[in-house]
Amino acid sequence: MINPSSPVLIEVRGLCASINGIDILRELELTVRRGEVHTIMGPNGSGKSTLAKVLAGHTAYEVTAGTVQFEGQDLLAMAPEARALSGVFLGFQYPIEIPGVANSQFLRLSYNTLQAQRGQEELDPLEFDDFVREKMKLLEMSPDFLDRSVNEGFSGGEKKRNEILQMALLEPRLAILDETDSGLDIDALRIVSQGVNQLMKPDNAVILVTHYQRLLNYIVPDFVHVMEAGRIIKTGGKELAVELEKRGYDWVSAEHEAAGRAMTQEVST
Amino acid sequence: MSTALQQLVNKPYKHGFVTNIESEVAPKGLSEDTIRMISAKKNEPAWLLDFRLKAYQAWLLMTEPAWPNVHYPKIDFQAISYYAAPKQKPKLSSMDEVDPELLRTFEKLGVPLHERMALAGVAVDVIFDSVSVATTYKAKLAEVGIVFCSMSEAVLEHPELVKKYLGTVIPTGDNYYAALNSAVFTDGSFCFIPKGVKCPMDLSTYFRINTEESGQFERTLIVAEEGATVSYLEGCTAPAFSSNQLHAAVVELVALDNADIKYSTVQNWYAGDENGVGGIYNFVTKRGLAKGVNSRISWTQVETGSAITWKYPSVILRGDNSVGEFYSVAVTNHHQQADTGTKMIHLGKNTRSTIVSKGISAGQSSNSYRGLVKVAPTATGARNYSQCDSMLIGDKSGAHTFPYIQVRNPTAQVEHEASTSKIGEEQLFYFAQRGISAEAAVSMIINGFCKDVFQQLPMEFAVEATQLLGFKLEGAVG
Repeated sequence: MINPSSPVLIEVRGLCASINGIDILRELELTVRRGEVHTIMGPNGSGKSTLAKVLAGHTAYEVTAGTVQFEGQDLLAMAPEARALSGVFLGFQYPIEIPGVANSQFLRLSYNTLQAQRGQEELDPLEFDDFVREKMKLLEMSPDFLDRSVNEGFSGGEKKRNEILQMALLEPRLAILDETDSGLDIDALRIVSQGVNQLMKPDNAVILVTHYQRLLNYIVPDFVHVMEAGRIIKTGGKELAVELEKRGYDWVSAEHEAAGRAMTQEVST
Repeated sequence: MSTALQQLVNKPYKHGFVTNIESEVAPKGLSEDTIRMISAKKNEPAWLLDFRLKAYQAWLLMTEPAWPNVHYPKIDFQAISYYAAPKQKPKLSSMDEVDPELLRTFEKLGVPLHERMALAGVAVDVIFDSVSVATTYKAKLAEVGIVFCSMSEAVLEHPELVKKYLGTVIPTGDNYYAALNSAVFTDGSFCFIPKGVKCPMDLSTYFRINTEESGQFERTLIVAEEGATVSYLEGCTAPAFSSNQLHAAVVELVALDNADIKYSTVQNWYAGDENGVGGIYNFVTKRGLAKGVNSRISWTQVETGSAITWKYPSVILRGDNSVGEFYSVAVTNHHQQADTGTKMIHLGKNTRSTIVSKGISAGQSSNSYRGLVKVAPTATGARNYSQCDSMLIGDKSGAHTFPYIQVRNPTAQVEHEASTSKIGEEQLFYFAQRGISAEAAVSMIINGFCKDVFQQLPMEFAVEATQLLGFKLEGAVG
């Protein structure tokens, strides 16, 4: 829902980031207000997942320039866990397997850590069990997920549902979902979308990183951004996604280059 | 490596203090005279002196084993003192006579003596620099016929029992360090559970090395007669010295028909500093003989300390239907080296053994599992299940698995499973992204990894082991 008077939730300015000395993000600009759903699309290697990980604070990436303000705080100065505790959630493209740690144990520790941070009541194992089972019903997840090790032996779709379950439990201010729709069958896609739509409240925002327009049949974005070579080169409404699905990315790239040439000519004349 | 990860595994050793207590230390060096001196100090009978001298002669002809996957400078056995004892009155009749400084030491260590011990319901034998200083609950145990005392006392008061079983599981010439131990052992624990008696409480020995440049050579012997059961706990600590100290213990277990011995160890000897200076060389021979039918011997060990660990608690499954178990967690950090595992020797029919080994290596350490499963032609219907899992923390540590399987009976079933996993940046980032600190994450992962072993430990030991691991690995992740 676009509301220009809604407060800015996250503001990314001139963000540059690299991994192992290779520049991935190049002066990226992005503003997300409360209540908005943003979609980031673009060809493989354009830096979509890197953006998601850098915002969440992945230690393998080095931020070389730029600023990120999250609710007025300097996000880049915060440790990954501090970012999580202040309401930034990353739905992983490849959720990590943790053998030997029961899903219920992991979910409860995560939930209680956040509750403690918010000054709210922590739940004991029995209370948490009731609470999490309710959430799982909404996602049509079987309760035996709770006893299994975190993501171990889960199918691709199960892992993604587990991510959405975590999002539903933690109720983040900003959810960044990195290709959560990849590898999902149509039922799973519907369920995952429901989860996202439930999170959407006027105070929250979502950034969806995706390759496919089909997710947008279930979640209606306010903005669609196209990334190329580490920056956003075009922004439009939901109709842009439909156009991309039909025409691919090349025309956006060509248009961007033409605009760049025009700009250079203008400057030189 | 992220710094959070590094900080997490590196916590200081909290048992590294030296107790300022007057000790009687023998001059350095090893000779027949040294052995005669030790034997005389302890008023030993002639047969035991013979036992020692025989072992010494065997030792002289042996060479140090070179096959373990560990590296250290050659040990100068003449630079070690083979006898160190806290000076005290010759005989103690109650705990009140123990040097108060010594008691304070054990309070510092958190060893439950006195009331705390009574609450915990554990009988404790305390070995300080190779000499037993206190055995609690002795009288109470004696009421049901259980003998639980220091080895020196047992030699004097129950010579027939000691003579009958000593060296029957681990002969004097068994291996280099066992031979050395047999020649120079100064004390240890002795435990005898008579026929049909179920030991009403856990028995515990606490070992402490206090003197620099002394070796500790204790000898433990546990005998469970027909139908007897006992659960035995062993804990170890030492002060932080920059020199290496040698610990070469021997533990023998004998289980007769239908007897059950459960032996649990939490080993936290000083491991050396973060640069690998100092620490204990822990070269230990532990073996149980499941002699009778339906007998069971179970080893559970949590090995976190020592600069070098060389140890293979084993079971000889001689009785038909006997059971051998080995549950192990071995943690190495910094420059520690561990080469540990077990041997299950199946001789009797329908004998069963289970091996669960969990190795965790952090820092620049090296952690090897070495295990032998041997099924003799006589062991019809023998079964073994082995599971060896390794976990690497960071990218400079090493994990190795050396399983040996020798099956000479076609009816045997032997299974071996192994896995290697790693706590790396990606896992910790996943936890961090859910608001969970690296410390909490590592503790959760490690406890999950070690769950199968920890649940074998008696309750209070399990708690201690969990804390110890958290402590040990603090700052290691990276």
